[in-house]
Amino acid sequence: MTALENRPVDRPTPAPAKGRRPWGRPAMYTGYGQDMALLNTGAKKVSLGVLLVLVLLLPFVLEDELLRLLATGAVLAIGAIGLNLVTGYAGQVSLGHAFFLGIGAYTAAVVSGETGDEDLYGFGITFLPVWLLAGGAMAALVGLVVAPLASRLRGLYLAIVTLGLVFLGEHVFREWDAVTGGVGVGRPAADPVLFGVDLSRSTDAFSADQQMYLLMMALLVVFALLGRNIARSAIGRSFAAVRDRDIAAEVTGVDVRKAKRLAFVISGFYAGCAGALLYSVSGYLDPSSFGLLVSVQFVAMVLIGGVATISGSIMGAFFIAILPRLTRELPEYLPFLSSSATEFPNVFQVETLLYGLLIVAFLIFEPRGLFGVWVRARNYWKSWPFSY
Amino acid sequence: MRDVLLTTIRGLGFGSVYAMLAVSFVIIYKSSKVISFAQPALMLAGAVLVSYLAGPVGFYLAVPLAAIGIAALGLGLERTTIRPMIGRPVFVVAIITLGLDIAIRVVVNVFIGPDVRNVGDPWGLNTVDVAGLPVQERYIAMVAVLVVVVGALFAFFRYSRYGLAMRAASLDQETAMVQGVSVGAMTALAWAMAGGLAAVAGAFVGAGGGVDQSTWIIALKALPAIIIGGLDSIEGAVVGGLLVGIVESFFASYQGEYLPWLGQNFSLVSPYVLLLVVLLVKPYGLFGTREVERV
Repeated sequence: MTALENRPVDRPTPAPAKGRRPWGRPAMYTGYGQDMALLNTGAKKVSLGVLLVLVLLLPFVLEDELLRLLATGAVLAIGAIGLNLVTGYAGQVSLGHAFFLGIGAYTAAVVSGETGDEDLYGFGITFLPVWLLAGGAMAALVGLVVAPLASRLRGLYLAIVTLGLVFLGEHVFREWDAVTGGVGVGRPAADPVLFGVDLSRSTDAFSADQQMYLLMMALLVVFALLGRNIARSAIGRSFAAVRDRDIAAEVTGVDVRKAKRLAFVISGFYAGCAGALLYSVSGYLDPSSFGLLVSVQFVAMVLIGGVATISGSIMGAFFIAILPRLTRELPEYLPFLSSSATEFPNVFQVETLLYGLLIVAFLIFEPRGLFGVWVRARNYWKSWPFSY
Repeated sequence: MRDVLLTTIRGLGFGSVYAMLAVSFVIIYKSSKVISFAQPALMLAGAVLVSYLAGPVGFYLAVPLAAIGIAALGLGLERTTIRPMIGRPVFVVAIITLGLDIAIRVVVNVFIGPDVRNVGDPWGLNTVDVAGLPVQERYIAMVAVLVVVVGALFAFFRYSRYGLAMRAASLDQETAMVQGVSVGAMTALAWAMAGGLAAVAGAFVGAGGGVDQSTWIIALKALPAIIIGGLDSIEGAVVGGLLVGIVESFFASYQGEYLPWLGQNFSLVSPYVLLLVVLLVKPYGLFGTREVERV
């Protein structure tokens, strides 16, 4: 006993002062704070800066049509981040994303819609932050209501229940004419008005698509930053713990129910905001646009982009947004493809086929998605010309 | 009373089809622990195959031929996309089947074309008089096929060597392997059987009304059925399927009259409401095995 007590205590060598890196070692972490920082390497700081400058310059280079595509991509990215938080980080499989998207879209449309029409509800508040937050909050509220299901069910049971939500949601959207305008009629989507300027109409300085592009990109930066911060905080770590082993998480003091509830609320909020914004790009909203295929597309974005990564969600969303445009170009190179929907084989069939095959191919060959491809490329060049 | 009986019979008829589909889901679940979202595509492919074969060889021969064809397709899917994924999370495999479903349906839709395809069944909407009730022949055929198919399956799992081996492989893969069961072959067999069952169900989904590009959605009604019955129970799947059929049929007949505020065509989504209600009360379905976890 005494021998043990007399043994010199193993103390770690004192670390350099927190937050300061030793001279000449810019990549060395000396505290958890540095490791967990938003931009924890110099390369990230530089590349993010370059990317932001590029994004700001693009509207002055690209055609309006492409800008609109990228604006849609940015909104999809917001939705994909939301799905990634609940499915990628917290491990709660949700096929119900389209449902939350629809709730956000209709709440925003009602808040911003014209007043005085008895057949179509509207409050006439077109100020963008108001309807955006209303859409997000309503979807988050529904997420809160759905969450108890998640704390009772696991894995595929949950996937099927959320799938059921999509069908129920579609039914409500089809039938509740006063809110949705009814099948085939639809209603105008929320008006993006910011400080008296309707961004969906061209002004003297910018075209409508340039404005929408800049707005969506700015919002994407905000939501991505928020998502990244959620992921790297205690909440994000509790999500990961629940995903990896819920019983172990419970034993280490994570409130599993609370974590699941929070995951659904946050994901609902993101989806609601994305839904509100998505249709203000096109300006019009039909009740049949929130079906299972939309949910599958979001799952595809997350899986193709990279599970449990924010940057991956963004990459995946832009990939899926640009895919239809790319397939439209195919007939030029493959003359047997037709661009008319009535002929066979046509580009629309190829597009749908590609969704399916890309999901399968990515899951089998590159489970970490586009993010994994990027990590591999990065690691190759980091140590080039050595293999590791 | 007469209406109630007719509604029940219609529910049992469609319920039998849902039950067959549900059983095909359960067979795959028991062997691979995954819900195959590719079943809608396989069902549609089966129905379309029947519609093409019924002309030359007749409906009664077309159904078994289509079942064999789609069973081969199921086998192919298992070998090419499911087998490489052994050991990966079930969610990933489930999403792969979702991708397969989308891809296969694109190809099948080309063969359906824009119109409704008749599967060439001999019943159509004809009725036959049963104890004074005009019962549609196709409902009788559906129930009869369910009884035959499920009876054959029970006999297969209960009495045949392969059925025993499949049950063993499903119970504990490693132990089954040690006893000399080829677990891989049993999984492949399960996928083939599920494919064949889906094809038969597809033929009967098309009976009377034909199939078009949106028919696949019917196969998803088997999902509430399997969840209600419990994912790993074939009896549960049959009961769940019939229950879903009857609930749907009753909503179709009476909801417009008694609960008009639920909107038109509420019956189409009523299975999902049933699903939510059952799961809130019994999270593992009516017949499912409760998940017990050792820490």
